[in-house]
Amino acid sequence: MTTQTRPQVTEARIAEALAHIPYAKELAIRPLVMGDELTLILPYSPQIIGNPMLQALHGGAVGAFLETAAIVQLWLMPNSTSLPKPLPKPIGINIDYLRRGKPKDTFARAKIAKQGARVANVRVRAWQDSYAEPITILHGHFLIAKPDPENSQKTETGNSEIGKDGK
Amino acid sequence: MDEQDKAVRLKRLWDLAPMFVEGTPHAKFLGIQFVAIDLSRATLSLPYAERLVGNTDTKVLHGGVLTALLDQASGLAAVASFKDTLPVATLDLRIDYMRAGKPGKTIIAEAHAYKTTRHIAFVRAIAHDGDVDDPVATSQASFMTTSRGGKNNKDAMAQTLARTRAVKDLPSGAVEGGS
Repeated sequence: MTTQTRPQVTEARIAEALAHIPYAKELAIRPLVMGDELTLILPYSPQIIGNPMLQALHGGAVGAFLETAAIVQLWLMPNSTSLPKPLPKPIGINIDYLRRGKPKDTFARAKIAKQGARVANVRVRAWQDSYAEPITILHGHFLIAKPDPENSQKTETGNSEIGKDGK
Repeated sequence: MDEQDKAVRLKRLWDLAPMFVEGTPHAKFLGIQFVAIDLSRATLSLPYAERLVGNTDTKVLHGGVLTALLDQASGLAAVASFKDTLPVATLDLRIDYMRAGKPGKTIIAEAHAYKTTRHIAFVRAIAHDGDVDDPVATSQASFMTTSRGGKNNKDAMAQTLARTRAVKDLPSGAVEGGS
């Protein structure tokens, strides 16, 4: 892996990405950084239960969590321009539900399988007890919207600091 | 199923369906509302809310919110496709995001279980914000029944419902969807 394609995993950049995602805040998603690897945590809350009898997490809540992990991971890739970088958008995603989500904290880590100029393929794994026993796996394509020079001048995005990371 | 069986089944689904949604904590948390049910079909809606936004720059709803809505609607269509009322779990879900939902607009999800085997239902769904021919997202999912009641348990869901209501701190209602 060359320096240019290494993700810039810093608490500040992750916080900046999550600050742009109100729903991630609503789910109380928080980051855990180990070296260059980002793990997101979905803390257990009764609000994310889908089946109260089985005390199983809602597939939609876990799916939203995995999608957030993919978006944040892509956003952490280095910026190719000095313009504010928009958040990636999902194009098509597949979610496999392998095990019941128990009423406890869930973790997710995303890997970029292929990064193109406009589209990226991302694989995300969610687990609880052990990384080797995923509860849910997501894979899908995301659109990496290019910074629009006209738009970024017209609109106040509030993340102009990102530009300093670019060329 | 003859016409009379269908009518009985339909009435039962209309009685239970609003509770399936109301009794799912995460659906309630998102503000998902029951709209309609038919044999093998279900329609739910989700009013727009700022707290469910996925990008503060665009104000568009988070893709995961649509995932939850489509999962919930598809799960309900799956429940409505079996002969007996059984709880279901999502096996897999594929979603295509056609376009961004317009900020402020309520999203409607219409799901159809187009094929049901003994334990599996295959469901397609469309999420739109007013015009079904201009969808925000479409999905394809499969569900399996999670009943452990065996042959004699014809209405496992009703029993689950009764037990759920007995559990303290939980809203009265049903179990549905999720995994």
